[in-house]
Amino acid sequence: MIREKHDLVIIGGGPAGLAAAAAAKETGCNDILLIERDRILGGILNQCIHDGFGVHAFNEALSGPEYADRFIQKIRGLSIQVMDKTIVLDLSKDKVLCVSRMGEIKEIKAKAVVLAMGCRERTRGALAIPGHRPAGVYTAGTVQNLVNLENIMPGKHVVILGSGDIGLIMARRLTLEGAKVEAVFEVLPYSSGLQRNIQQCLEDYGIPLHLSTTVIDIYGPKGRLEGVTVAQVDDERKPVKGTERFVSCDTLLLSVGLIPENELTREAGIVMCDVTQGADVDDRCMTKLPGVFACGNVLHVHDLVDFVSMEAERAGKSAALYVAGKLAISGKEIPVRPGKNVRYVVPQRIKQGDEVSLAFRVTSPMRDRIIEVCDGGSVLMSRKEARMHPAEMVWVDMGKLDIGKIDSLEVRVR
Amino acid sequence: MKYRFNVLIIGGGVVGNAIARELSRFRMTVALLEKESDVGMETSCRNSGVLHSGINYEAGTLRAKLSVSGNAMMDKLCSELKVKIKRIGKLTTAIDENDLPGLKRLMEQGTANRVPDLVILNNHEMQKIQPGIEGIAAIWSPTSAVISPYGLTIALAENAHANGVEYFLKSEVLTVKKDESGKFTVTTSNGEAFSADILINAAGLSSCRISGLAGVNEGNNGESLKIWPCRGEYFVLDNRLDGTLKTLVYPVPGAKDAGLGIHLTPTVDGNILIGPSAEYIPEETPEDYRVTAPVLEDLRREAHKLLPDIKMSDFIRNFAGNRPKLTPPAEGGNADFIIEETKSLNGFINLIGIESPGLTSAPAIAEKVRDIVSKHIPLEEKEKFLAECSGFAGHFSDLSKEEQERLIKLEPEYGEIICRCEKITKKEVRDAIENSLGARTLASIKYRARNGMGRCQGGFCTPRIVRILRDEYGFTPEDYVLREAGSNLFTGNVMKGKD
Repeated sequence: MIREKHDLVIIGGGPAGLAAAAAAKETGCNDILLIERDRILGGILNQCIHDGFGVHAFNEALSGPEYADRFIQKIRGLSIQVMDKTIVLDLSKDKVLCVSRMGEIKEIKAKAVVLAMGCRERTRGALAIPGHRPAGVYTAGTVQNLVNLENIMPGKHVVILGSGDIGLIMARRLTLEGAKVEAVFEVLPYSSGLQRNIQQCLEDYGIPLHLSTTVIDIYGPKGRLEGVTVAQVDDERKPVKGTERFVSCDTLLLSVGLIPENELTREAGIVMCDVTQGADVDDRCMTKLPGVFACGNVLHVHDLVDFVSMEAERAGKSAALYVAGKLAISGKEIPVRPGKNVRYVVPQRIKQGDEVSLAFRVTSPMRDRIIEVCDGGSVLMSRKEARMHPAEMVWVDMGKLDIGKIDSLEVRVR
Repeated sequence: MKYRFNVLIIGGGVVGNAIARELSRFRMTVALLEKESDVGMETSCRNSGVLHSGINYEAGTLRAKLSVSGNAMMDKLCSELKVKIKRIGKLTTAIDENDLPGLKRLMEQGTANRVPDLVILNNHEMQKIQPGIEGIAAIWSPTSAVISPYGLTIALAENAHANGVEYFLKSEVLTVKKDESGKFTVTTSNGEAFSADILINAAGLSSCRISGLAGVNEGNNGESLKIWPCRGEYFVLDNRLDGTLKTLVYPVPGAKDAGLGIHLTPTVDGNILIGPSAEYIPEETPEDYRVTAPVLEDLRREAHKLLPDIKMSDFIRNFAGNRPKLTPPAEGGNADFIIEETKSLNGFINLIGIESPGLTSAPAIAEKVRDIVSKHIPLEEKEKFLAECSGFAGHFSDLSKEEQERLIKLEPEYGEIICRCEKITKKEVRDAIENSLGARTLASIKYRARNGMGRCQGGFCTPRIVRILRDEYGFTPEDYVLREAGSNLFTGNVMKGKD
């Protein structure tokens, strides 16, 4: 089979891959190949035609395609080689990729790889919602694609299960296109989306959000969805008898979570983190397989693209340094662990410690708390936070850490 | 318009299509009527996809004879039709002493049925086949196999069609009459009429209704022909787990059980199925394929018990299929297949109660029906019967990289991936869209190409297939149908006018 060689191969041309490619080039890596499976670069941003992207990165509220375009222009300006409409079939431990595209299948040997494959949506199958299997049940992102890119309207009378951001965005989008959005139901006692989306996509349009409520049956005996039965749930998320009601609708959108797309990562035998479902990485975004880096939603699901770009720049820069032989591989590293009220922390390890930034999520909504980063008994940093929510990632900048003097880090919330 | 055929087959499941393909070897005109928009949409695509060895059926019954002979015919059939088959064998497992009498009975039955190569294994020997398996003893039946049940059904249909059988989809039979000349007249839901010398009822869950339309309400031996639909629910597990199960592992079934018990089935495409349950449902709605919360919960618990490494995200889909049973709930167990020409209605061939092992038996049933037909129409072989399908068995992703590289040079669209989870190519999707039966639903494409059967359940490929159908096949939003008539996917365009 044909074999090409590149210093750095980046898998995925969405926001993570684009930022990683630009940063790698700017760090001095000249032989970069960016692989994108779609016809155009930009990834999921292309179907996100609403605004609100770039508030942190550019101090502007851009649409998804506008945000992507900033990076695409940069990639072009830097003359980075792009291979589009191409799928990576396999990735091996020794960094050989098998890629496939129209008319061609070939192997590519890389010195370093950046994983930037993004994530996918959880489906009805994963939730095991009982009932019929009619037409009219979609994941929110699929409908976003169909409506915004393919000019196709899935239905007229919509129920949304799950208050993830894409579901909230689509509640507004479908309302604007003339559909009646009945309600959003969320099984948790709090919403899973950003507060600003609850306000701008539901409250501004009078769409009710019912918490601690879920869909327990899907009804569509004649082939198309006719309605769903919803019920309130108890503390263990079990339906409460007597609270069931039928809501008539022809479309059910599922916005029930995102799963990092790590099949290639697993096939390459890279060590994963069970909580994030992404790779276990150090502060340079390097996985436990030297020379393979991960960033963006494939590493852990983000809520703001601005932070994806930031994380990806770090991955791209690290990969370029790795190619140049300037990234430390051996030597001490310290573990980073989630403590009280913290679900996970990324990165899971600190190796270099010169510009440490920790991203974490809390386990439930909380107010007026103190974030602490500790090394055993000693508190290295503490910060007051008025409001924290599982839907909103929290960032802690630690600056430079002398890891020679630290045994481990624990992030906790008091 | 009235169509005339020598033989008319009602029902496009695996049995109807096996009969169609068998009869297509001979000089006679054959048509098949199917009420759904594609073949194999009911019981034939909603089961475990297991080819049974034949140990489970009482000696001397049709189920015993036809399953053993049907199983033996499958290698040649699958090789001709390019259908993937895996002879993975089966361990019917006694968990403790209480299961031993049942195991012994099955062994005797299997021996009487002439099931090849049966042996009883102890736990040590069982471990060599399936590491970690529990139980004190098991029957090893190496001829047990897995196959894609819809893959076989579709391949039989398309091969029968290539050999001259005419297919009429979306054609539900409304009336059946026999006139003085001895010919049958059948009318269908789309207002068409068919005339035939021989009428074959292979309508599965609807077989009792069709028989009733012909005025046949009991079998030649006075049996009731009433069908009691019995639902089986399943979970499909992610093919990440491919390889964890080396063989089929079944419990020893109780005599009164409606099925063979909840078990794990490694599918031919690398998924694992857990199921099926056995729940009788109202006979008025034989095609009610709802899945239910209590059963799904049971199956989930069972899966966690049998596969300790399983994760929540490994449950990628659930589905249900309904068995056309002849035994009412109070009686339980199974009745034998009814396959006979009705004595009081010359030329009417009834196939009733073809539940498990119907898939295994299908090719043998087809020969049995052929022999009945031969009493009316002499069997003269056609000169040009095309037994072999072209192409390769299974999917492009099953091929070696070298073979893939060779084929991509010939057909560039084999390089373009449409379904990322199952790595299904554009060429495969195109072949599925252009199937010779003219079935154009999303399910028709999926059952042929396998796109959308992976862990993202079509999230990725659906917009891509929507685009291909629009740009290359002229679909409008109203043309997209999931499965049956009425299951339209979209209501229109977002913006009016040109897009």
